[in-house]
Amino acid sequence: MVKLTFIQPDGASQTVEAVSGATVMEAAKQNDVPGIDAECGGACACATCHVYVDAAWVDKVGTPDPMEEDMLDFAFDVRKESRLSCQIKITDALDGITFRVPEKQF
Amino acid sequence: MALDQPGLDTEAVDTVTETDAVVIGAGPVGLFAVFELGLVDIKTCVIDILDKPGGQCSELYPEKPIYDIPALPTVTGQELTDRLMEQIKPFGATFVFGEQVNELQRGEDGRFHLKTDAGREIRAKVVVVAAGGGSFTPKRPPLAGIEAFEGTSVFYSVRRMDAFRGKDVLIVGGGDSALDWTLSLAPIAKSLTLLHRRDEFRAAPHSVEKMRALVADGTVRLMIGQMTALHGEGATLSEVTVKTADGEERIAVNALLPFFGLTMKLGPVASWGLNLNENLVLVDTEKFETSEPGIFAIGDINWYPGKLKLILSGFHEAALMAQQAHKYVHPDKKLTFQYTTSSTNLQKKLGVK
Repeated sequence: MVKLTFIQPDGASQTVEAVSGATVMEAAKQNDVPGIDAECGGACACATCHVYVDAAWVDKVGTPDPMEEDMLDFAFDVRKESRLSCQIKITDALDGITFRVPEKQF
Repeated sequence: MALDQPGLDTEAVDTVTETDAVVIGAGPVGLFAVFELGLVDIKTCVIDILDKPGGQCSELYPEKPIYDIPALPTVTGQELTDRLMEQIKPFGATFVFGEQVNELQRGEDGRFHLKTDAGREIRAKVVVVAAGGGSFTPKRPPLAGIEAFEGTSVFYSVRRMDAFRGKDVLIVGGGDSALDWTLSLAPIAKSLTLLHRRDEFRAAPHSVEKMRALVADGTVRLMIGQMTALHGEGATLSEVTVKTADGEERIAVNALLPFFGLTMKLGPVASWGLNLNENLVLVDTEKFETSEPGIFAIGDINWYPGKLKLILSGFHEAALMAQQAHKYVHPDKKLTFQYTTSSTNLQKKLGVK
């Protein structure tokens, strides 16, 4: 199991366990992490599962592919460390990673 | 507004269309409802806010494979839509695209009176709400106070270009809508700023080229960044704070066009007096009828104990709904259960006999 931590805009933090191979969005939804809407269910078609990857982990997570980059145009307050959590596959290398949930999904 | 059948062209908007059943939503479940209703001799008119059939299947994931349609181990959203369109062809449904049903009332004649946002009036004996996650509507940027400016200074589409004449226009986005309106409004606006979060655009390359030329000759100002706040009084917007790599800047804006794609909202369905459960329409599990006799709800938009939002559940719901709809549309006719495999009658309707 891989441990993922989600930090809310108010500072509240929640650590969840997930299996390798699932997406970060799926782990968040399964554990009822607030603020991850995932309206389209993980089709990279809505930008409502937007998260900020902790700066220390950006390199390990990697950068969005062109389709995700296009979809990020529909997210709010997009930053360098922005990703759509449905497009991040969980691997053992991500054990202990931290994501910040944006103040608002669109 | 696009119609696939003669006799109901756009000029006929002022006239009243008569049909047996109106299906609201042309997603997979709405399309299959045409089939099930057709088998029991019910003529349908399908209305969808999008400009094409398929609903979420074609709007959100046309290229994504679906793996849980019985007998189709893998099928894309677009392919499923295309196959359903082929399957329902024999029933000659009327399609109204690009319009939203705003009003639904029971008339004194006992039939349902519907009116779309384009003023089209339709009368039907039954109504099937197959609206999925609701109407696709433009996304509202989550900026404090934006609602107050909507309709006066903030617009999600351009209905009349003249409304932007002499205005300080800010267009936000990087797709075709943002670029097309940048090119169209630049000549008539007092000033036009295009704001996008990155210096890459999803829009058609030739539009991007034209935009860059307008930026080069000073007609359009291109900013790379994001909106962070709106300022104004009452319903009138006066400035927008834009955050760029260089910091924050307040620019003069009295007309804002944000293009951030579409989201799904329940929309007018909420105002039709149907019993709801957390924004879903309550139905029984025998007929999939709502709290209003003659109005049905099938697919993702309904709720009942054990509901699963699966396309296949919606197909099942459509079949059972049609049985009850038949009682309203053809009260004098007895419905005998038949199989398409063996019934000459059904095969005639399908055009295979």
